[in-house]
Amino acid sequence: MTELSDQALLRYSRHILLPELDIAGQQALLGARALIVGAGGLGSPVALYLASAGVGQLTIADDDVVELTNLQRQIAHDKASLGRNKAESAAARMLAMNPEVAVRVIGERLAGQSLADEVARHDVVLDCSDNFATRHAVNRACVAAGVPLVSGAAVRFDGQLAVFDTRQPASPCYHCLFPEEGEANDGPCATFGVLAPLVGVIGSLQAVEAIKLLAGIPVALGRLTLYDALESSFRSMKVPRDPACPVCSGRSSGSE
Amino acid sequence: MKIRVNGEEQVLDGVATLADLIAVLELAGKRVAIEKNGEIVPRSRHGEERLSDGDELEIVVAVGGG
Repeated sequence: MTELSDQALLRYSRHILLPELDIAGQQALLGARALIVGAGGLGSPVALYLASAGVGQLTIADDDVVELTNLQRQIAHDKASLGRNKAESAAARMLAMNPEVAVRVIGERLAGQSLADEVARHDVVLDCSDNFATRHAVNRACVAAGVPLVSGAAVRFDGQLAVFDTRQPASPCYHCLFPEEGEANDGPCATFGVLAPLVGVIGSLQAVEAIKLLAGIPVALGRLTLYDALESSFRSMKVPRDPACPVCSGRSSGSE
Repeated sequence: MKIRVNGEEQVLDGVATLADLIAVLELAGKRVAIEKNGEIVPRSRHGEERLSDGDELEIVVAVGGG
C-alpha cells in the first residue's frame, strides 16, 4: 500500500482517529473499488459519502437525466444539472468534494454482460436502483462474481437495508429474501411519493456498510433492517438462506 | 388457532402451515417476505413451516424505490 501524503493524512484524519479504521483502514478504502448502481435518491448520499470518505475508485451508473422533481431529494444534483445525465452530474459533485478519488461514469443502464463485467471488477456493489428487475439482475451478477452487495430501498416513509455477501457460506442473497415475481413496480417514487430525507437515511446506512466491508470491519449478514420514518423506529430481523434459492443455492462455497 | 399478523391478533381455523396462511391472506405471487418470530421463513419452506398458537408473523413488503 502506498504511503498517505500529508494532505491525505489531514483530509482523512477523523477516520484515522478511529481505531477500527486507522491508517490501514484508510489505505484499504483508497485502494478499493465500489460500483454504485443508480445516481438518484439513494445513489446521491452513497456517492457523496464514498467519495468524501476516500474510496479510491468509484464507478457510478445511471441512464436517466436530472429533472426538477428529482431535486427535492437527490442531493448530488442541483439546478444547473437539469437535463444532464445523473451519473455525470453526481460525478462532478463527487470530484468537487474530493478530487483525490477516481470517478468513472456509466451513462447507460447496466444489464446483461455489461452488468456482469462491471460487478466483477469491483470490491463492493451498492444497489441504489429504483426497480425490482434491476435489483434482481444486480443480485444475480453479485452472486455469480462473489462480490458483496449493499442493498437499499426507500419509498413513502419506509426504508429497507440489507448486506449480502455470498462469499460467506451463511449469507443469503437478495433472492432468498424477496421473490422475483410480483407486480413490476410496487412503489416507484413517482406514484407513491417519498419523504426527502428518507433516501438520505437509507443511502447513508448503505455507505456505512460499504465502508465497513472495504475497511475490513465486520458486517452483519443475514439481516434485514426496516426503517419506519412515521414511527421513528428501526427494526431488524434474521434472513436465513433459502436452501432452494435458484440464484445462490448452487454456489460452491456455500453449500454447507 | 390464535396468531398475530402485523401486530393484530387473528383467530384462524384450518390454517396449519405458513403456506395455508399465505393462501388465506391472498399473498401468493406478491413480492413479500414472511417473518415468523423474528426470522424470515425461506419461501421453499412455506409449505412445511407449521404455525402454532401465539406465533407472531409480519408480512414484509419489498420496497423497490431508490
